[in-house]
Formats: sequence, C-alpha cells, structure tokens
Amino acid sequence: MTLALVGESGCGKSMTCLAIAGLLPKRGRVAGGALRIEGRDLCALSEKDARTLRRRSLSSVFQDATGGLNPVRSIGWQVAEAVRLRKGATRREAQAEAVRLLGRVGLPDPERRAREYPHQFSGGMNQRAMIALAIAGNPKLLIADEATTALDVTLQAQILDLIADLRESLGMGVIFVTHDLGLVAQNADRVAVMYAGRVVERADVADLFAAPRHPYTRGLLASLPERQRKNERLSTIPGTVPTIDALPPGCTFAPRCPRASERCAADVPEMALGYACHHPLTPAPAPVVRREREYS
Amino acid sequence: MTWISLKLLRALVTMWLVLTFVFFVLRLSGDPTMVLLPDDVDQATRDFYRAKWGLDLPLWEQYTSYLRALLQGDFGVSFRNNLDAFQVVWERVPKTALLGLASIAVALLIGMPLGVLAAVYRNSWLDRIVMSIAVFGFSMPNFFLGILLILIFSLKLRVLPSSGSGTWQHLIMPAATLGTGFAAQIARYTRSSMIEVLSKAYMRTARSKGASLGQRVVRHALPNASVPVVTVLGIKIGEMLGWAVVTETVFAWPGIGRLLTSAVATRDLAVVQCIMIILAFTMVMANMLVDLIYGWLDPRVRVGRRAQA
Amino acid sequence: MTALLHAESLRKSYQVGRRSLFRKARRFNAVDGVSLTLERGETLGIVGESGCGKSTLSRLVLGLSPCDEGGVVFDGTPLPGQDTEAWRRLRRRVQLIYQDAAGALDPRQTIRTQIEEPLRIHGLPLERAQKAMADVGLVPAMGSRHPFELSGGQLQRVVIARALTLNPDLIVMDEPVSALDVSIQAQIVNLIQDLQRDRGLAYLFVTHDLSVLRHVSDRVAVMYLGEVVEEAPRDAFFDGALHPYARALLEAVPVPDPARRSRAAPRIGDPPNPAAPPPACRFHPRCPFATDVCRAERPALRDFGGRRAACHRVEELSQ
Repeated sequence: MTLALVGESGCGKSMTCLAIAGLLPKRGRVAGGALRIEGRDLCALSEKDARTLRRRSLSSVFQDATGGLNPVRSIGWQVAEAVRLRKGATRREAQAEAVRLLGRVGLPDPERRAREYPHQFSGGMNQRAMIALAIAGNPKLLIADEATTALDVTLQAQILDLIADLRESLGMGVIFVTHDLGLVAQNADRVAVMYAGRVVERADVADLFAAPRHPYTRGLLASLPERQRKNERLSTIPGTVPTIDALPPGCTFAPRCPRASERCAADVPEMALGYACHHPLTPAPAPVVRREREYS
Repeated sequence: MTWISLKLLRALVTMWLVLTFVFFVLRLSGDPTMVLLPDDVDQATRDFYRAKWGLDLPLWEQYTSYLRALLQGDFGVSFRNNLDAFQVVWERVPKTALLGLASIAVALLIGMPLGVLAAVYRNSWLDRIVMSIAVFGFSMPNFFLGILLILIFSLKLRVLPSSGSGTWQHLIMPAATLGTGFAAQIARYTRSSMIEVLSKAYMRTARSKGASLGQRVVRHALPNASVPVVTVLGIKIGEMLGWAVVTETVFAWPGIGRLLTSAVATRDLAVVQCIMIILAFTMVMANMLVDLIYGWLDPRVRVGRRAQA
Repeated sequence: MTALLHAESLRKSYQVGRRSLFRKARRFNAVDGVSLTLERGETLGIVGESGCGKSTLSRLVLGLSPCDEGGVVFDGTPLPGQDTEAWRRLRRRVQLIYQDAAGALDPRQTIRTQIEEPLRIHGLPLERAQKAMADVGLVPAMGSRHPFELSGGQLQRVVIARALTLNPDLIVMDEPVSALDVSIQAQIVNLIQDLQRDRGLAYLFVTHDLSVLRHVSDRVAVMYLGEVVEEAPRDAFFDGALHPYARALLEAVPVPDPARRSRAAPRIGDPPNPAAPPPACRFHPRCPFATDVCRAERPALRDFGGRRAACHRVEELSQ
C-alpha cells in the first residue's frame, strides 16, 4: 500500500519521516508516542534493537539523490555496502547483488555503471541508484521523501512508475512524502494531510479528493490551477503558514480558516473519524461508482 | 601525460625563479672575501680569490656562466673547503629527510585522529579539550618548545640527548618539536572539514543503510574530509622546511637547515644556491605528490585529469 | 502596429570545460535558432525541462547577455548594446523576476529602500513606490522591515513591486512561483494576472510547471535542448500537442484527480546531456515515432494553421 504524507514546506512531514527512519539530527528527539513496525513498537525497544529492526525493515529515498551518494565511492560499492550491512553477504556476493539491483531499477549496462561514480551519472540515474540502494535487503517499508521533486516531469513519471512496480513485485509498503497533490492523486492509496506539525486529515485518496472534510484540505485542493476553470482566478488560502516556533494556540489553522470560531482559537481539535477539526465540512454524497465497487 | 609534462614545466620555472632571486640577493648583500678571508690579508690576495671564484666578472656574466654550469650538473664548489657544493649538501639530506618525515608522521598520527574525534563529538568536553590543546600547540613558538623540551627531558630528567643525531632517542625531541605545531593545525583543519562532511546528505544515506558510527566515519567521511587536509599539508611542507632550520639549530641536528645558516653567514654562495635548488625541488615534488593523492582520494579529479590529457 | 517584442533566430553558445594549451574548448548552443513574437498585454509561456535553454533565452530577450547570432527587436527598435545610455533607458521598460526572491533582495536594506531603488537610479518620483506596494498587496508598514522578516510569498510580492515601479511594458518571469507552496502560489498567480489586466503588461512566463502555465498564458512555446519544438495558442496546445515531446510532457504531468489515474508514464528514457545534443532531430533518441528521416535531418519549425511544430511526422501522427 502507498500512504501519502502531503503538506506544505515546514509542516513537519520530513521530520516525521526522519523520526520513523531513526535519522533525526542530533538535537532532535522523539518527544512521545509510539511507532509500530510489524507490531513492534520502535520507541519501546532499546536503541540497538530499534536500529536492527529499522535496518531490516525500512529504508528511505530522499530528494537530492546526487548529494545522497558519496562522491568518492563507486555506485556499485555503495549499493554493495547496503547489501552487506542489511543481509550480511560476502563482498563478492554483495557486488553481484548490487549489479543485479542496478539492473532491476532500470540502469542500462549495470556491470559497467557499477564501477562509475555519482558525478558521472545524471540526476535521474543517481535517483535510480538511490532506489537500488534502498531496496537492497528487501525492506518492508520504503519512505520516499520528495524523491522526485528535483527531477524533470518526464523523468519524474518514470521514477514513480519504477517505485510502483517495485512496490508490487517486492510487496513493500511505501510512505510517499510530497507537496504535490497531483502526485498524491496518481500514486497514493491513503493520504495523511499535515499542517504545522500535525496530521489534520486522513482518508482514502478517492474520498479525500472527492470530499475533503478539513477546511485546509479543501483550501489546498481549491488552489490547484488544474481544478480551476481557465481564466478564472485561483482560490487561495489567505495568510501564510505559521513557523514552527510561533504556532497559534488552539487549532493551528484557525487564523487562516474561513470556518473558524472562538472555540478553534482555544481548543486543539482531536483527530477523530479521519479529521482534526471542530467544524468539518459535510461530506458530499458518495459517488455511485465507488459504491458499486464496494459491493462487487 | 600532458598533465605531468605541464606540471614539470611549471616546476622548472618555479625553481628557476627561486634560484635567480637567491643568486642576485646573495651577491648584492656582501662580498664573500670579506667574510671568508682574515681581516688583514692584502688587496692582492683578495683580488686573487675574487678572480678564482669568478666574482670579478660583471654580475650578468656570473649568472649566465653559473646557469650554464648548472645545466651540465655542476653546482660549483664550496668556498670554504673547495669541495663540490652538491656533495657537501647531499651528505646532509638524509638527516633532514628523516627529521621531516618523522615530523609529518607525528603531525598526521596525532592531528588527524584528534580532529576526527573533535568533529564527531562536536561541542562535547572532548572537542573542547582537543581544540584547547590545538590552540596551545600552534601558538607555541617552535624554538621555545624545543628549549623547553631540552630543559625537561635532558637537563632535568636526563632521559634524552639534548643535541646531535645517531640513535632514535636523538630523533624524538626534534621531531616532536617540529611536528607539534603542525599536528595542531592538522587537527583544526581535519575537524572543520570533517564537520562539513558529516552534515552531507550521503552521511545520512550511510546512516540509513545501518552503518555504525565507526563505519560511517572511516568509510564515508574520512576519504572526503581528507581532501582539503591534504591540500593544507602540501602547503605546510614549505613552512615546515623553514621551521626545520630553527629546530635543527636548537638541537644541533646536522641537517640541511644548520648547513644553510652557516653557509649564509659565511657567504658560501655555491652551497646556499645548491640548498635552495634542493628545497625548491622538494617543494615541487611535494606538490606533485599532493596532486597524485588527490586523484587517489577523489574520483572527480581523476576523471577531470583524464579528460584534460 | 508592430509587436512589442520580436526575436529572430537567436543563438547563444557557451563553452564546456576548460580550454587548454592543446585542445580547443567545446562549445554548445544553449539557445539554437529561436524566434518568437510577443504582443502587448499578452503572456507567452515558455516551458521546458532543465537544460533546455529557457533561462538563457530570457536573458537574451532582456538584453542581459548578448546573443551570438540573431537579434531582438523591442517595440520597433533593435536592442541597444550593453551598458549604453539607450540600454539603460530600456531597463525601465523591461523587467525580470525570477524564482529566488530572497536572493534578489539585499538582506541589510529595508523593503522600502529596495523598492525605491529603481526610481532613484532613473531619477523618478519616489511616491510611485507607495503605489506599487499597494498594488501587490503589501501594507505600508511592511516597508520598514527587512527581507528576513518576510515569508517567501511576501518576498516575491516585494520583487514584483520593485519591478512595477518603473511602469514596464514587459516583465520576464523566470519560474516566479516554483519555489512557493501551493496555497501561496495561487496568491501570486492571481496577483500576476490582476496586474496584467490592470496595467496591460506583457509577460514572458518561463516555467517547467505546465499546470501554472495553462492558467496564465495565452500562447505556449515548448523548448527542448535549445530549440522551440512547438508553439501554439494555449487551448489548442492543451487539447492536443503536435510534437511527440510536447505530448510526453503533457502526459507526464500528474493530474490531481485520483479518478483519472494514468498508470503508464511516457517511456522516453533519460534526457541526454544538454551540452552534447544528438544530431538531426534532437528528440529522436527518445522519440517512440522516430524514423530514418528523423535520424538524418533536422526538422524545421513548420506552420500548421496558427501553430508551429518542428517534427517530420506531424501529419502522420495527428491522424
């Protein structure tokens, strides 16, 4: 399954991913909560056990693939290292596995390419190499944090296809982090919308786009040029995103929300029924198509 | 190969410039016969020696004939004992080379690990201690440290010889004296370049692979962080040769440095020039070595070089 | 009436790598024979992927860098040479806005000082700055702040206000909203369109984002490796592009509607290095429809009833 984590810059979606992957910077720490992978709570485990569990079951791909690869090591070496660390293979086995993985992600002539270095690769090829590195050791969960944002659209589409293909053939779950609602619509099964450090709405992708419950979600969708008639003004969300050190009390979206009341400025809304809002939008009647699919 | 020949050409030009500078400065700064001969010799004897050493010719002619001889491998003779100047200098080379290499080893073996530790445990007490020692290390004047060491280990504790050479005990104090300052600088450079590398995205990738801290530092960070350190080292080798003169004098270490001080004092022109050529040559070789190490450390340089050739 | 801007066969090449004693430097054409026309009050959208030369083109059009071949005619007169008096006067009429608003502002100067700066340079009354700020929706109090106190959307407003002070006829916008969040992006897009309507501005709108382009432009030009491969009125283009590359581009844009999922991405491979473009038709190695003629001959930009495309096989493919 693919879960999309969507939100604007500074909403905390990347931090969430880093926390899941155990890659938070030194200063940051998980202040509370639970994180379960296959039923085991990572936060309750010892640091060593948590690291082992993470190494075996999840891996991540980030936006800047070229920067994410070590410039002084060959591509093959870097993928092979991941294989060795995750599976404990011998050097030679790992090398062969690395070449196989590079071929699997669609690099032509993987044997030769494995000996090359990141600066000899294009951005798209480096992202493929990063994906090869991430799927070494068959992780259960792949976190793709803005993995295609830096790429051109034609390339982006191909990388997304690759991730979808790998997800099916390897049976991985994918957490897909993005700010691009188009990518969410095209790739996700479920969606979590984040705003200023909190998840404000959670839903199946079809429901979210058809009938958003949270006013922020609706505002986001409405501001997309694609969902607008041509020549019409785009609808906007007034104001700006609050910075994390100056969050408003109560509902963080209240100052920008057309439906906000006094209660919103005081109480933080709890997440229930898939949204965190005191004044949710009423859902539109479910489209007929969906119901038919449910019965069949 | 183009790359090598270009480098060599540049090296030759550098050496020629150094040589020319030294040649003229020495000759304009005093008459060797005044220094080498007793005060009471008559003018005729002086003139005899001046003619013998070719000092009576116009400066320009002295220069061209010197260069001509040099191209045939003739470095001239020492005014003091009529021996071949190159012979006189060459005898001292192993001593200085030994001291220099030992000091570089001290600088790297102490400086690099300390710098790495300070960077990895940045802002911890370890980092602060290391950096305080480093500041102390390079603000301490070289000769002062040397004298201090002699006072403690030779005069007080009587465990190490204060001067001369021959055994490994003789080497310890001069190498420590010369190496300490550089160890401190290497530690600082290693720390800052390491800190930069540790914040790079590929370090996060290594972490997400599940590599341990040690693996991440040794396999991923160090090769990247050493590139700027090597550059600094290349530049510092020249500085080190300068300090070697002081250190050799303090410890009466019979190397090129001490020979240079006495040769300059006595206006032993051929010897000074020969030393300069050798020092310049060493610098050039050190820089080429640094370039080679670059290519070995950083594939981007390697490819660029191949493309250029 | 003449067009506001007309560029004819622009060509600009850059050097790749270092020239050495023994080897002549290679050069590549960042912009290779591009012609375009822009009418008053019109928006021409230029779209293309990284390295296609769209940013270089915008600099050429502004006269910010000289072109190697071809020429630009602005309002009936050829662009004057750089740093001449006429060139300085031209600066009043053409302005540039680009993606990095924070980088375009001096962090140490107040917003007002920076908005007034063009007026000072050209010796114009400073009151115009007030009006420009009001036009872009900045309250006067904002003027005494410094750039770091403003959000990305506000900074882009400041840059737009500064461009407006001189009452330009043409603003070249190079990815003006690409760095902004969706909700803010919509605000700026609206602002850009309002200003066009109120002031009759012409825009050259350079972007990689087709969905924004669809909203703002009257005509669209698609660039690929330094060439314009298709140019068409907006609606005709989005209803169906002629050039296979433009089609792939349109197909690749993710539609924000889960009911319209397209599973298969256009299989056109990785883009080539822009510094070493393929010969003949530059798109042929990635084109699913390439034939021998595409590999042998460079297609000219041909006219197809109000739109232009540079492809040998337009007729066959549009059937």
